[in-house]
Amino acid sequence: MTTFSIIGKPIAMVDAAGKTTGAGKYTDDLSLPGMLTGKILHSPHPHARIKRIDASRAEKLDGVVAVVVGSDAPNPYGILPVGHDEHALAVDKVRYVGDNVACVAAEDEATAERALELINVEYELLPAYFDPEESMKAERDLIHDNKPHNVEKDYHHVFGDPDKGLAEADHIEEARFIANEVTHAAMEPHSTLATFDIDSQTGKPGRLTVWSSTQVPYYLQHKLSLVLEMPMSQIRVIKPLVGGGFGGKSEVIPLEIISAVAARKAQRPVKITYTREEVFWAHRGRPRTIIDLKTGVKNDGRITAVKARVVQDGGGYCSYGVVTILYSGALLGALYDIPTIQYDGFRVLTNKPACGAMRGHGTVNVRFAFESQLDELAAKLNIDSAEIRRRNLLQAPCITVNGLRVQSYGLPECIDKVVDRSRWKERKGKLPRGRGLGVACSHYVSGAANSIIRSDMPHSTVNIKIDRDGGVVVYTGASEIGQGSDTMTAQIAAEVLGCSLGRVKVVAADTDLTPIDIGSYSSRVTFMAGNATLRAAEAVKKQIAAAASKKMNCDLVDLVFRDDAVRRSNGISTGHVGTDALARPAEGAPSFSRSLREGGDVDSSSPTVSGRVEGQILRGSLQQKRKEDDAPKTSMSFEEAVVAAIDFHGALTGTGSYAPPPEARGGKHKGGGVGPSPAYSYSAQVAEVSVDEDTGEVTVHKVWAAHDCGRALNPVAVEGQVIGSVWMGMGQALTEEMIWKDGLLMNPGLLEYRSPSSVESPEVEAIIVESIDPEGPFGAKECSEGALAATIPAIANAIYDAVGIRLHESPFTPERVLAALRAKKNAKPLNLTEGVDPTSPTTFREHGGALWFKGKGPERHEGSVGRAPSPASGEQ
Amino acid sequence: MKKQLFELRVNGRSHELAIEPNRLLLDALRLDLQLTGSKRGCDDSSCGACAVLVDGTPMLSCTMLAASCEGQEITTVEGVSEHGALAAIQKAYGDWGGAQCGFCTPGFMMTVKHLLATNPNPTDPEIRDALSSNLCRCTGYSQMYEAIKAAIQAEQKGMAART
Ligand code: FES
Ligand code: FES
Repeated sequence: MTTFSIIGKPIAMVDAAGKTTGAGKYTDDLSLPGMLTGKILHSPHPHARIKRIDASRAEKLDGVVAVVVGSDAPNPYGILPVGHDEHALAVDKVRYVGDNVACVAAEDEATAERALELINVEYELLPAYFDPEESMKAERDLIHDNKPHNVEKDYHHVFGDPDKGLAEADHIEEARFIANEVTHAAMEPHSTLATFDIDSQTGKPGRLTVWSSTQVPYYLQHKLSLVLEMPMSQIRVIKPLVGGGFGGKSEVIPLEIISAVAARKAQRPVKITYTREEVFWAHRGRPRTIIDLKTGVKNDGRITAVKARVVQDGGGYCSYGVVTILYSGALLGALYDIPTIQYDGFRVLTNKPACGAMRGHGTVNVRFAFESQLDELAAKLNIDSAEIRRRNLLQAPCITVNGLRVQSYGLPECIDKVVDRSRWKERKGKLPRGRGLGVACSHYVSGAANSIIRSDMPHSTVNIKIDRDGGVVVYTGASEIGQGSDTMTAQIAAEVLGCSLGRVKVVAADTDLTPIDIGSYSSRVTFMAGNATLRAAEAVKKQIAAAASKKMNCDLVDLVFRDDAVRRSNGISTGHVGTDALARPAEGAPSFSRSLREGGDVDSSSPTVSGRVEGQILRGSLQQKRKEDDAPKTSMSFEEAVVAAIDFHGALTGTGSYAPPPEARGGKHKGGGVGPSPAYSYSAQVAEVSVDEDTGEVTVHKVWAAHDCGRALNPVAVEGQVIGSVWMGMGQALTEEMIWKDGLLMNPGLLEYRSPSSVESPEVEAIIVESIDPEGPFGAKECSEGALAATIPAIANAIYDAVGIRLHESPFTPERVLAALRAKKNAKPLNLTEGVDPTSPTTFREHGGALWFKGKGPERHEGSVGRAPSPASGEQ
Repeated sequence: MKKQLFELRVNGRSHELAIEPNRLLLDALRLDLQLTGSKRGCDDSSCGACAVLVDGTPMLSCTMLAASCEGQEITTVEGVSEHGALAAIQKAYGDWGGAQCGFCTPGFMMTVKHLLATNPNPTDPEIRDALSSNLCRCTGYSQMYEAIKAAIQAEQKGMAART
């Protein structure tokens, strides 16, 4: 068995110190001389035509440098080539409360805000659509003229013969599930700083440089080029530290384009940073999803057929919507062996902020429905809920009925692990009333096998350059957003080259410097950018090996790169076998304990090599070495080998790239491009909850989460990603929900949105399962999203175990739990919020968020859809 | 509003600032003193990313006037490192995955610093309670608890070595 020196070790993030000391820079921490502050005027109406914009008073305000409106950059764009339906600023219509109308660039924030109030916009109000099922009936006043019935896209897939499958089933369960809308709420509000060079010939704005909180710098570069009508080569996008993304920064967010448009007009650098409220409007989160699900099983629990009809409330623009609705159907497959599937998916437009990609993109809400229904079937058939899942496992490697190729499949082991650790057998169904256990599974792609922009371009490319002192620079377009992308890159490069981590510097996500990478989304970075790094490192290693083998007079195959040295192995693998044993105390133990982490730590900060000081130019010592050097040696230090290679080849650089193999790219049916991935991660979870039957409050005590990540390149990072996913799933399960009234978000603040704090967060025991994928870098797959989807149904199923109610709508708030408890007892429904229903408040949270005071924020939309007129705004 | 002169003591140094009396402490730190370590994560004092110590007590600098801090000792995340080296808690957060994206981390550093100053050996529930003033969207908090315990151990070892 291969042992590794850096892979598989718990390693601190290479950029950790910048984060803990405050020295690391996020976009909003940057400033440039002469920089202006940009502020955006948002629409107060959910659906209206813009008749006239008069910005003349704003323009005259002292300190205002430029005001831009839709006509300043009217080219449409959108993240998907099929969804170019957005503009930097609205050109004819606004489609949600918060839509972007104008932007002021001024000397300071206060001036910009004052100027916003001086802009006069005349609107013609249009009837608005808020409910997707209503919206689908629309005949006129369509949200986009080219989308009949406000349906962005619908897909109808049939695999196998589901009707026959249902006919053969012994039991069929059918129900409607609703998962309400949630958003990423990354801690860093979006921010963009844009500046133009002055063209040396014309004196006009020339090259553009943009710093932005983005997961996808190359897509941003592409969309900027479309809207600004500039060649991509004239645009440089740099991604500083990013304070979390979760998909919310995985497409081009309006402020990223607006700041560039404003900077062009103002001829000064412009920075725009969203307020938290604006972040909620920018949204692109997980859509409210209505799932009508039907599952048939045999008496032994084997699934015979699944039929799902899914309606997603997509908001006012396409965003990633077409992909989201496809993921919802495609990833019904690849978790269990399901012989027949029918899927009808509708992505519907409504007058609310656009939904987009969020952690577990498209799969989470359907998984909640499916895993809940499977649990109901298990209960009906009197089969243990963990057992019914075991009875429906795939026989990997295989290709599923909907064309997904599964190679590594750690799900069985994941189920065994959580059953074991949670003492499921002894405790399930036997806990005191009010306390229960639930199990559920999930999976996710390790990157999409097909890029959203159809081309044969590799999805990731990485360059490596090594300098004479043995310093390794890795240039990668992959975007670190807190998930550990840079650390993963450094680890892989160091492992392949056999050098210490401290030698490796990662230059990332700067479109001028780094080769193209399509971004940090769909959990693709470790698999794809990791493989590209691996290949780039192999390419350089080959050059070093060629030079070293000459010096050492041996065959290439006899060389071992390890511990900052290149050695001849010749069977007498001295030394380093011993160090292996020392460096890998965790051998065989997939997870690690504290003592191991302290004892067996890899010291990444002290790359001392044969007593020399790191970073010195070694000419003197090398000249001396050369003299002694005539006899062939048995080992060379890393620097010596590097110098030899540079002398031999000229420069020492290498390139590697990754494109998913054709076999992994899925079926040929319409929409078949979404869902296929080179590898899938697997997750099984058990949640332990208690339910207070008087208050309806659900407490999650502990979640055991086993996750098959292929190989854990960095266990501490993998556990962090798994715990973070479970936690985010718990938020969606219990508290997080975007609450709307007439298209107006009622809770645009972190407290009102109810992001859980430490006291509301359970202990999560992350259990790493390593299935070693044949194509992943060192066998690795994704670990940052797949676990999320299992948490919601695991909690739902645990609630059933605790108090015997089935909740079909998330989040499981006290109101919903109490309602279900009363319904179970046939008691009269209790309206806790009578007159203060959170969806139509009159006295409850009248101001929605924090910033709604006089003259600021959207006005109430006035009765264009025949609802009761809203109470007067402005009352405190 | 007209600017006035104020003197702020931040991380052991005095700064004379010409700012509006309604300038928020967070803006004074980030914009006037270029101490960008403290972050703004919300509009309504709900996230804790802006926390700084004012005379040793964690305060939300986004809802405090800079002018009101005259004569008080302000410590920001930039003042946590000790003698040019990482403080135990900073190293531990790095080693144990306490910081993923790191945007919430400066606020947590201040909260934890205060916790350990007032309660050097906190129990698990005490740690949870203390951290509940700050929000994190990445970590689920679990690895922060490990980090805090590791930092306490490191501190104790360090103390033992010094005495
Ligand atoms: S910035 Fe969120 S509490 Fe201060
Ligand atoms: S580490 Fe990202 S918000 Fe806490």
